[in-house]
Amino acid sequence: MYLDSASSEPLHPAAREALLAALDRGYADPRRLHASARDARLILDNAREAVAGALGVRRDEVSFTPSGTDAVHRGLLGLLSGYTSLPSKSAHVITVAHPAVEHSSVLHALAWRPDLRARPLRVHRDGRVDLDHLTQLGDHDLLALQSANHEVGTLQPVAQAAAGGRPVFMDACASMGRLPLPDGWSVAAGSAHKWGGPAGVGVLLVRKGAPWRSPFPADDRVDERVSGFENVPAVLAAAAALQAVVAERDEVNARQHALIDRIRSRLSQISDTEVVGDPVERLPHLLTCSFLYVDGEAIVDALNRRGFEVASGSACTASTLEPSHVLAAMGALTHGNIRLSLTRGATEADVDAFLAVLAPTVAEIRKDAGM
Amino acid sequence: MTADLELDCRGLFCPRPVIELAQRIGEVEVGQTVAVASTDAAAAYDIPAWCRMRGQEYVGTEPDNDGVPRYLVRRVS
Repeated sequence: MYLDSASSEPLHPAAREALLAALDRGYADPRRLHASARDARLILDNAREAVAGALGVRRDEVSFTPSGTDAVHRGLLGLLSGYTSLPSKSAHVITVAHPAVEHSSVLHALAWRPDLRARPLRVHRDGRVDLDHLTQLGDHDLLALQSANHEVGTLQPVAQAAAGGRPVFMDACASMGRLPLPDGWSVAAGSAHKWGGPAGVGVLLVRKGAPWRSPFPADDRVDERVSGFENVPAVLAAAAALQAVVAERDEVNARQHALIDRIRSRLSQISDTEVVGDPVERLPHLLTCSFLYVDGEAIVDALNRRGFEVASGSACTASTLEPSHVLAAMGALTHGNIRLSLTRGATEADVDAFLAVLAPTVAEIRKDAGM
Repeated sequence: MTADLELDCRGLFCPRPVIELAQRIGEVEVGQTVAVASTDAAAAYDIPAWCRMRGQEYVGTEPDNDGVPRYLVRRVS
């Protein structure tokens, strides 16, 4: 049973259908003037229109990028470039405030620009950014703030944080499609494979009038904000999945939210277990918890052998051998960590099958460890 | 700061240092301290988290003579 939709949601049937239909049509260069090109261009324009409608933004605010990571890099660094090019800001070191729990793509983008000053913000125990710390800082130019945390699911107070008036870059990859976009951002990023579209499609949103300027070399394509030949069929599939997910989300979210609540309450019966993240103000489909004395790699392997596929933020499961920076910033237990995230079709029977296996698996690993 | 029990967990990966601490804290009296020397990156987060979850007091950290952090825990129950 696949319980890792927060890493990548299986392709939505609407995306599959759109992708297959567009594969034979969307090959031509949408910048050319012949009939095949106009067909590809039409598909691209329709996809842009559909995404704008699904997200409640203007059509000219939507760009398609080759990945969610590219949308984050382009969005955040482009906001920085645009802000720096404002006449009043050119001679000053730009400070970017961000909670310590931002996705690594945001942290890597900031680290890539040694000329800026990144100011990590404290988070509360549930992972929510400490707005008092933001107020105390006071001197930041820009704010990078995720819509929801990708590891623990906690929603961030984007509109409240944006009320300070500083431009906000919002990494919305974890929530786009699943939840309406909050207010207050100037530039935002999303990733299609997180909502059931194909991989290789990101969405960059730039609010009209936002100080954004491309941070990378220009390209002479349909959309001047991005570069590279457009993957027209995949973009259409991403848009179709987004429309479907938005149309279905009231029902899906309510079901997933209740299933996660069910898991949360049952986890309280396993001793020495820490469930992290906000129990209510959270993504509907995701739950993260840590079991004392349990090796993260061992539990992921053991669950996989029993047919349940989950992610982990424990150090032993990371290529760096460092524990999750999100859990660390929250002061949560980092070992014995699993993140499970439900696909759109998850049922109560699925969740109960998982729960039936989880407690004995934890007990077995603890026993092997001498606990 | 000297401790009443020194646990050398150099080279052990998580969750071993925390398991060592849990298994051996009973060897000191309530009010006494245990020091865990650990090279594992996760210990910096997991030893304070263990104290919080198990109701023990996390005193703090200081480097040992070789620079390896020693995490100090006071037994309170």
